[in-house]
Amino acid sequence: MKLRYVSRYGLAVITIMTFLCSFHFAFASTKDNTEEAMGRTLANQAVKNANRWSTTDHAKIDALNQDFTSGEEITQACLSCHSEAATQFHKTIHWTWLASGDKSDMRYGKAGYSVNNYCISGNAMEDKGCLSCHPSWNKKGVEGEVNCLKCHNSSGFNFDEALSDIKAFSEDSDPETEDIMKDLQQEVKQAVTKITLPTRKNCGDCHFTGGGGDGVKHGDLDTSLTKPNRMLDVHMGTDGKDFSCTRCHTTLDHNIAGRIYTNPAVETRKSLIEDDLAPKITCVSCHSSVPHKNDSKMNDHTDVVSCQACHIPTFARVNPTKMWWDWSKAGKLKDGKPYVENGPYGKPVYKSIKGEFKWEKNVIPEYFWFNGSLTSTTADDVIDPAQIVKVNHPVGDKNDPEARIFPFKIHRGKQPYDKINKKLLAPLLSGKDGYWTTFDMNDAIERGNKAIGIPYSGEFDYVETTSAFPITHMVTPKEMALDCTQCHIRENSKLAAITDLYLPGRDKSGLMDTIGWLSVIGALAGVLLHGLGRFFTRNGKEN
Amino acid sequence: MNDKTTIKIYLYTRFERLWHWFQALTVICLIVTGLEIHGTYQLLGFQTAVTVHNLIGLSWLILFAFFVFWLLTTGEWKQYIPTTKKLFLVVRYYVWDIFQGKPHPVQKSKGAKHNPLQRLAYLGISALLLPVQMVTGLLYYLYNDIPHFLSLPIIAVTHTVVALFLLNFLIVHVYMTTTGHSLFSHMAGMITGWEEIYETTQIADWETKATQKK
Repeated sequence: MKLRYVSRYGLAVITIMTFLCSFHFAFASTKDNTEEAMGRTLANQAVKNANRWSTTDHAKIDALNQDFTSGEEITQACLSCHSEAATQFHKTIHWTWLASGDKSDMRYGKAGYSVNNYCISGNAMEDKGCLSCHPSWNKKGVEGEVNCLKCHNSSGFNFDEALSDIKAFSEDSDPETEDIMKDLQQEVKQAVTKITLPTRKNCGDCHFTGGGGDGVKHGDLDTSLTKPNRMLDVHMGTDGKDFSCTRCHTTLDHNIAGRIYTNPAVETRKSLIEDDLAPKITCVSCHSSVPHKNDSKMNDHTDVVSCQACHIPTFARVNPTKMWWDWSKAGKLKDGKPYVENGPYGKPVYKSIKGEFKWEKNVIPEYFWFNGSLTSTTADDVIDPAQIVKVNHPVGDKNDPEARIFPFKIHRGKQPYDKINKKLLAPLLSGKDGYWTTFDMNDAIERGNKAIGIPYSGEFDYVETTSAFPITHMVTPKEMALDCTQCHIRENSKLAAITDLYLPGRDKSGLMDTIGWLSVIGALAGVLLHGLGRFFTRNGKEN
Repeated sequence: MNDKTTIKIYLYTRFERLWHWFQALTVICLIVTGLEIHGTYQLLGFQTAVTVHNLIGLSWLILFAFFVFWLLTTGEWKQYIPTTKKLFLVVRYYVWDIFQGKPHPVQKSKGAKHNPLQRLAYLGISALLLPVQMVTGLLYYLYNDIPHFLSLPIIAVTHTVVALFLLNFLIVHVYMTTTGHSLFSHMAGMITGWEEIYETTQIADWETKATQKK
């Protein structure tokens, strides 16, 4: 009898101990969590040697020590050492503006049939306004010589202006102008030697201002990233890691890693541990696919949710970005002259040459499944004008192993389409024959479509379109990342649009919930009635 | 009717009571945190609710394993063998006789702690609802680590609806504790181990047959 008592008592003690131990282990694992997260350790190792070193001082290179009279001469000087640079660069999309890399396939690219709902088309490089971003000298496009300095010079010097002045002065024999020319050439000579790997400013000169102004296009790329703090971008912040663009957009033979139209930046996410020569373009490259602290539930999310979805809660946090562009409103004149109307943020809400705009700051992204590819509706694709046309849209779904839920800027607008051929149109904008001078849309379309070689019926109207930009820059410090209830909540979940998965906290089965709650309410009502019955009958007692 | 005197018998051992109250605590915590995870309300915060729910769920599993071990080694599992004898009398008692002041048709005794209705209810819960809850809970917890036998919606919806059934049980169970000699006599029994029964109560042989020691 006594032995039995002892054994039972023992069992009880063991139970209590186990119960308490489970708490102890839980707290112990919380303690482990104060250690550095795996993703952070790996990433810090990957970027340990932050200081790059160079074996060349370009100020001591003889080829650069000359009086240049044209951009082409500068490029020849570069190529006298970097013999393959131009050959390599000619094959890249930065030069061809065609995804395929050559003219035989015009389908995708600024110089091809691709259109967007900003300035619509590059008109096969016929629209010279676009060419201010082409890395050639004197807006000559692929016919010209590569302008190496566009990406590789850190002086900020305006070579185009200086060289055109030099050219003008050289035709003048006045000794005074000759002196000014000599000074200018000296300035050019000095500026030319400031050779660098591409800085944020070099890339940003085009990529921050795409679409015709600061922050127009991407939303996660604007001039605020030239000198960001780490609150704006934890990687590029000058008070943090101070990454240049090429720190992640790694380069091979002048091909820069990144998404190109329908092609994803990489086919599969690989960490540098799996493949040390893989481009560092994905988060996984440096942070691995288990980036969070040990046993963190967040690590269970990485097969479904992109890093960007939580770590970029809003974009355009410093400068506003354009969210709406209605070409159908363009062309209104005041006293026969084009005008501009400014609105919030000091940004134009109307421009005669472009139409109506809406700008937003601190924009909450829209979320879609994304496997790295975007669909692309070109000027050669038939559209359904009864619907909102998706000029491009993320590809992927729940069952695609490469797809993750990803944040996007969706830019909406109205743009011209061919009423007969049912295709998006490519009006020519700049230049003396362009819309911005003539304000004749029909004529601009005729010229623009002729440039890309796609027939135009002569009848156009406007159709509403959307275009999607993946949001991947402006990564916040981890403290600002989304918390669980931004998505795991019944009402106003950020992932309300992602309906093909079960999201705990957001989703429920209406029928099963009703059955369950009816049983609970039934129990409550039952015991209440029973209790009242007992109260009023006083349990059948007489007194 | 009230001329019967009551005596106290030692009905619930220390382990049973300990297990019972730990189970009560864990189940209530699981329901509270579980409903928050389900999105019914916000209380602790989703992340905390998930952490606490997982922790308590696993603790409860361990506790339940001890309980099963105890049941098997002590032969107490026989207390849960279902019977239809007097089942309808018990049902009639709660539906009708209780309001008439009539006595409960089946009195508690060491050999038969549960009346036929309780046996059926507890067996249903222990053999049906709880195993389903444990399996779906584990599948949910390990969803990212094991092959997906069942899809997440099936696991989650089952886990939720069974949780609500258990909440239903909890409500009725707590209410039923008030149907003893006094409102709190059953409750006191589970706290002290000593339960009041009528001195003259005759325990029918069939009731304790299963648990009789040879």
